[in-house]
Amino acid sequence: MPIELEVNGKRYPVHYDPDTPLLYVLRDEFGLTGTKYGCGEGQCGACTVLIGSAPRRSCQISVSAAAAKPITTIEGLEKDGRLHPVQQAFLDAGAFQCAYCTPGMIMSSVGLLQGNANPSSAEIVQFLQGNVCRCGTHARIVDAIHQAAKAMQEHGR
Amino acid sequence: MSGSPVKFAVEPERYEFSAGPMHHFEMLRRDFFKLLGAGIAVFTMAKDSRAMQETAPPRGFHAEDLPKEINAWLHIGEDGGVTAFTGKVEIGQNIRTSLAQTVADELRVPFESVRMVTADTALTPFDFGTVGSRSTPTMTPQLRRVAAAARDLLVGVAAKEWNVPREGLKAADAKVTDPASGRSLRYAELARGKTLAQNLPAEDPVTPPAEWTVAGKSIPKVDGRAFVTGRHQYTPDLRPPGLLYGKVLRPPSFDATLRSYDDTAAKAMPGVIVVRDGDFVGAAAPSEREAQKALGAIQTKWKETPQISNREIFSYLKKNAAANSEDRYRKQNGSVEEGLAHAAHRLDTTHTIAFIAHAPLESRAAVAEWTDGKLTVWTGTQRPFAVRDELASVFHVPESSVRVIVPDMGSAYGGKHTSDAALEAARLARAAGRPVRVFWTREEEFTWAYFRPAGVIEIKSGIASDGKLTAWEYHNYNSGMSAIETPYVVPNRRIEFHPVPFNMRQGSYRGLAATANVFARETHMDAVARAAQIDPLEFRLKNISDPRLRAVFEAAAKSFGWPRKKTQEGQGFGLGGGTEKGGYVATFAEIAVDRASGAVRVVRVVTAYECGAIVNPDGLLNQVIGAIVQGMGGALFEAIEFENGRITNPHFASYRVPRFRDVPEIEAILLDRKDLPPAGAGETPMLGIAPAIGNAIFDATGVRLNGLPLAPNGLKT
Repeated sequence: MPIELEVNGKRYPVHYDPDTPLLYVLRDEFGLTGTKYGCGEGQCGACTVLIGSAPRRSCQISVSAAAAKPITTIEGLEKDGRLHPVQQAFLDAGAFQCAYCTPGMIMSSVGLLQGNANPSSAEIVQFLQGNVCRCGTHARIVDAIHQAAKAMQEHGR
Repeated sequence: MSGSPVKFAVEPERYEFSAGPMHHFEMLRRDFFKLLGAGIAVFTMAKDSRAMQETAPPRGFHAEDLPKEINAWLHIGEDGGVTAFTGKVEIGQNIRTSLAQTVADELRVPFESVRMVTADTALTPFDFGTVGSRSTPTMTPQLRRVAAAARDLLVGVAAKEWNVPREGLKAADAKVTDPASGRSLRYAELARGKTLAQNLPAEDPVTPPAEWTVAGKSIPKVDGRAFVTGRHQYTPDLRPPGLLYGKVLRPPSFDATLRSYDDTAAKAMPGVIVVRDGDFVGAAAPSEREAQKALGAIQTKWKETPQISNREIFSYLKKNAAANSEDRYRKQNGSVEEGLAHAAHRLDTTHTIAFIAHAPLESRAAVAEWTDGKLTVWTGTQRPFAVRDELASVFHVPESSVRVIVPDMGSAYGGKHTSDAALEAARLARAAGRPVRVFWTREEEFTWAYFRPAGVIEIKSGIASDGKLTAWEYHNYNSGMSAIETPYVVPNRRIEFHPVPFNMRQGSYRGLAATANVFARETHMDAVARAAQIDPLEFRLKNISDPRLRAVFEAAAKSFGWPRKKTQEGQGFGLGGGTEKGGYVATFAEIAVDRASGAVRVVRVVTAYECGAIVNPDGLLNQVIGAIVQGMGGALFEAIEFENGRITNPHFASYRVPRFRDVPEIEAILLDRKDLPPAGAGETPMLGIAPAIGNAIFDATGVRLNGLPLAPNGLKT
């Protein structure tokens, strides 16, 4: 019986070895390439996905360990053509340059806001310390998260 | 270097470049309409087409190798859609948006109707590379000229249609209007049913910055939505049918040579292809893990050689300078000895510069596919045409059989000039008969890419009692020549660059050697000012004749509130700046040193930047602030450590890059000079931050730090 994953509300059978890190299954087997490889060592946050509601480094968790809970990747945030408030806020703030870190930043931020609806700048900085942006757009990312928090509170999400 | 037949040279300014450019105009004309549909295509030749390209190196370069004069083209479709072509690559610096603004502006069409096709050797004009902050100053005028020529052509088509003289007709809002009769034709209507290709001279003048309507505005990135949804496909995200995953066997250390080899077990693995070709050993398999397992099953023995470590690098560089290298640079004005003899204050300083890594978050990657003897490679490189030529040469096929396409990249910072991953993927794909992806791991990227060169810089100077520089002697060992000339006025000066042969791969970096040279110079200038008890800003202004450099120092000083009085223990203020590649920067920093722990925190940064007329203010702001944040890493803590041909910190856990907690409050002042053509902004904004922080540390503690990184482990005072 192959492992099955629930990703973005859809069930996928896994043919890769069960000890393969989730990242490679998402990207190479399922074609969900929005989740990025940045270091494979849990040091950069580019591969962040939500497992249940918790942001996790998909390069550091095996596919068998990830199978217990539903998984959300960057591709699963947009609903019926409407961006998630965090995606919209990143877009509005122009919070990226090369944008390679953006999916991981957004997934971490969604995870943060699920646990803390109105984080302070210091809390955001603390939470995102493990996400690397090499282009230096950190300040815009912090602004975007404040904007997203505001939008989510206003719209009761 | 496995798989790489091209000996890597230091710095793009010293690149050997003798590649034949693309000139397939006839083919292109046919393909154009096949690809883009009917409409109007305009090809232009810039009268200074040679000068528009990067300066060609003198060696191995012949006039007949020059690109044909045609260096820009665009297409207007039957739906009025405009497609413009550039060989430049998008690496996060925002050219996909800013160049489209330029085209829209000059063609008089809405921004949304312009699409840029970038960095595809089969479709775009030859380009030297996206290097040296040249995209804006070279591509902006070229695209403006082709757009102006196209506008002119459209007016001509309308005049013919109406049978009126063209002189009275007006092009605006994507249509040509005849004010006399009030009738108008949209560009889409003019293009309908035509396959009109015209090769036109590109005549000046184009629209001056003061009259820009689309350029000069903060238009958001065109592909922002693809970025926030994860839909944008970087090279490693491409998955053509039948894709195999390739891995390359790396030697255990630099210069190691293969002594014994047995791939029997690897070859027996199902679905695995193993390639050994000279020093190149690689495997391709249906998944990355299987490819990795195959590599692990190959039995090898290597002969390694002892090599120096990062602890000995600076004395090595001093001892091994190549006295007679043709890359040596020497310039002298007046007599330094006389200048020093007449000086009221003299100072000698020595500065050291560590190797650092670019560490782009998207590491090197390529997807290669052979079809009927023709090779297509998608890869993250800043030099697609050079990569095409290298592939053609390595695989002994004509350039016309190789197509290199560069998807918008997870950045580069000067670190992706080479073809490594492309060659590796292409070699494996040829053996596999299927497309192969090679995607370097973080450790490979840290180890087998190349580094900003380490260096030693020695400076000797003298000033007169009025604070004017009288003498300047400057020796740079190995780190490079960018910004080696001082922007300050000194009558007597000697400036030398001494290259040093070294086996580690070193090359271009964002700002090139300017990050090193400006750090050393501005640190020295600060020390001279302090020794002579002159305010460091006043001292610089006294020795500046260039009004643009003066303007950025004054603008940043005003916002920063220089001179500042210290209000807290451990507080310090410093500045640094300079000019390079047509841009001018001055940066002021406030830092705080925790006496107990020695930790240095950058509290506030104010920077002023001027690069002529601004094409996209918000994009520029993003670049300028980003450059400062990235520059803080090289300033404070980034350093590649190595021993016996091994990089000993090839991970983000051990090679520290700036993170959220490191980022201070940053204010960037952009000086918009609508009277000047736009210059680049990718590199120069980075130059002031390292000396500003170092000088602020001196202000706070009295400790003069002359090496980069300044305080990898904090200050132990």
